[in-house]
Amino acid sequence: MQVNGEFRPLIVAFCCNWCSYAGADLAGTNRLNYPADVKIIRVPCSCRVNPMFVLRAFQRGADGVILCGCHPGDCHYTSGNYFTRRRMTLLFSMLDFMGIERERTRVEWVSAAEGAKFAKTMNEFCEAVAKLGENKRLEDLRCKK
Amino acid sequence: MHRIGVFVCHCGTNIAATVDVKAVAEAVREETGVVFSADYQYMCSEAGQTLVQDTIREQRLTGVVVCSCSPRMHEATFRKAAAKAGLNSYMVEIANIREQCSWIHKDMVSGTEKAIILARAAIAKVMLNTPLTPGKTPVTKRALVIGGGIAGIQTALDIAEAGFDVDIVEKQPTIGGKMTQIDKTFPTLDCASCILTPKMVDCAQNEKIHIYSYSEVESVTGFVGNFTAKIKRKARFVDEKKCTGCGECVEKCPMKKVPNEFNLGLDNRKAIYIPFAQAVPKVATIDANYCLMKKNGKCGLCSKVCGAGAINYDQQDEIIEEKYGAIVAATGYNPIKIDKFDEFAYSQSPDVITSLELERLMNAAGPSNGTLVRPSYLSKQDDHEAHPKTIVFVQCVGSRSTECRKGSKEYCSKICCMYTAKHAMLIREKYPDTDVYVFYIDVRTPGKLFDEFYRRAVEQYGVHYIKGMVGKVSPRADGKLDVQGSDLISNEQLHVTADLVVLATAIEPDKTARSIGTMLTASMDTNDFFTEAHPKLRPVESPTAGVFLSGVCQGPKDIPETVTQASACAAKVVGLLVKDELTGNPCVAHSDELMCNGCSACEKVCPYGAITYSDKEFRQPDRTVAIRRVASVNPAVCQGCGACTVACPSGAMDLNGFSNSQIMAEVDAVCR
Repeated sequence: MQVNGEFRPLIVAFCCNWCSYAGADLAGTNRLNYPADVKIIRVPCSCRVNPMFVLRAFQRGADGVILCGCHPGDCHYTSGNYFTRRRMTLLFSMLDFMGIERERTRVEWVSAAEGAKFAKTMNEFCEAVAKLGENKRLEDLRCKK
Repeated sequence: MHRIGVFVCHCGTNIAATVDVKAVAEAVREETGVVFSADYQYMCSEAGQTLVQDTIREQRLTGVVVCSCSPRMHEATFRKAAAKAGLNSYMVEIANIREQCSWIHKDMVSGTEKAIILARAAIAKVMLNTPLTPGKTPVTKRALVIGGGIAGIQTALDIAEAGFDVDIVEKQPTIGGKMTQIDKTFPTLDCASCILTPKMVDCAQNEKIHIYSYSEVESVTGFVGNFTAKIKRKARFVDEKKCTGCGECVEKCPMKKVPNEFNLGLDNRKAIYIPFAQAVPKVATIDANYCLMKKNGKCGLCSKVCGAGAINYDQQDEIIEEKYGAIVAATGYNPIKIDKFDEFAYSQSPDVITSLELERLMNAAGPSNGTLVRPSYLSKQDDHEAHPKTIVFVQCVGSRSTECRKGSKEYCSKICCMYTAKHAMLIREKYPDTDVYVFYIDVRTPGKLFDEFYRRAVEQYGVHYIKGMVGKVSPRADGKLDVQGSDLISNEQLHVTADLVVLATAIEPDKTARSIGTMLTASMDTNDFFTEAHPKLRPVESPTAGVFLSGVCQGPKDIPETVTQASACAAKVVGLLVKDELTGNPCVAHSDELMCNGCSACEKVCPYGAITYSDKEFRQPDRTVAIRRVASVNPAVCQGCGACTVACPSGAMDLNGFSNSQIMAEVDAVCR
């Protein structure tokens, strides 16, 4: 998307309800800035994120997708984030093969206390995706009206 | 037909300063399904909630979206408000335009734009929401406590005190656990038996408590509020109801050479035995491995002398089935096996002992009747060499180990520093002519009156504390022990000729903990300690609903901490049992039986064991009936993580409240 002649990426962030979504709330409470490009979708656990959701986001024109969950060992559901780690490693390497750069996908562990880490992660991620520019590779034009 | 109402909150200036709330309300009015939108100063206020409720009634809304602060803040508030107006509370969605929008963005244009997108995502989601009703399950008002040590005893007493029935299952012939073997307790130096045995008796006399001693839990099925446990009562070949505990049989039993586990093998017991004088229940048990009658059918002396006629050589193991609402794991600990620690010569010299063995040697009811003697002189206590003149204590044997030696532990066993100070102090008090050395890595004494206690050992009792580890203990021909160690403060090698070496052995969870954990589907860490639901905020609950943790099975603890945790655990159990029925979280997984192919992928990833399989009949298009294996989710056990929904290859699993289509709709709305 172009805003005032400047490219702004569209970032979809899946955040687990217990750690990362709370971490994002804390970033807000502490008034820590990060770009408005990031749109957060709340899920109960990072392991709820079906690889299909990530693909769907790219199909609909997202420029980057990030998953945030509890730190390994701290999962509210004991083991969910371990599944996330494995599933996404596989998915991201497949996406890489399909030409979606590694920098456009990311898994990050953010606890409910890490508001600063959340903001920092989002700033870095937005910057990295912005550098790559628009992602057209998986975009399905049939979805655009 | 959807009739969605959107309510945009100003939150004073918290939202309105960087988000044009009127523009948001205006923009979403154009969305499909939206029939009403409004903005208001404080939506969470009474007036704001009334606005929501009135609109639900007037506009006959089928869904509500509130654009406000985080759902973690006020989701519950608006759900309650909606329910009061007759709308199912799960038809409410929150768009987080404060914490995740207005507070982080400074620019009004981008802030407003993002708020509209977030509102659209919430609208797209709420269109796919379905009314949910939390399920209710009844609660069996009875608790099972696995393990009858001080932790299990305290938990059971507290639960019984609150008026609920409790069963204690203990694998030993008596309850009491490790604390019965301890002589004195730190930091007060009061006798362990004196404070423990009254509690054991309380358990036996309490009408609400039933003790299954010499029993083990065989299997557990069910879920929170509705567990069914099978308990195996091992045959003790003595009728518990008839035995009076007079001890006549023990007196007459000719089989005298059975290692006495209660005294850690330092002396022997008979084949029929009562573990110790204050055992509860005070009932004899026949050790079938040694009983002459059980082994070759010749003897029967105990049966002849038993006035109560309690001996029954043909007794069989018995399985009892009982229903419980809550289960407490109180499986306790054991010192680790130290045969592998060759440098301390534990298996070579009887005078190298563990701290628990020292407890027995110092106890008045122990093998030496409370006189401290070298174990090699146990049978000749009058010898002037029997009393140890120099004693070396070695700390952290197997604890805090960074080596990968089999059996050693990475963690600190927590209790050793204090009990060693206690041992050293008691010995110096009773035998002032004894030299006591303690080799340590660090002395860790956090706890009420703990550091004062340790300082007394050093300053008042003159115990020699040496910072450094012992490298080798070598038994000499004359029976003494050469101890080589290093003093890290003076940086020199030390040689001490000792009569007795006491090893502060690491403690580990009981061997049965792992299998019990598996039975309860309770998670455990790599050391086999039970994992708590939250390390800080829910320390006495397991992540598995209805399973609670008491004592050392959760991590190393001393007696005061164990009792504290045991009572906390009881409070949590009572909090559960006091309810007549449990209201579940309706946001749980469910499987579409028509799509399920019975592959078990979901079952494998479920951390709660909530998924079961059953064979069901399905009518085929050609009117025949086929039987297929399909998954079903127990909503009382499912916690709603959604791991199964992703693992399911056929898409049969879905999660209420966060369904595949709902999240897809959100993604679409965000990327529009």
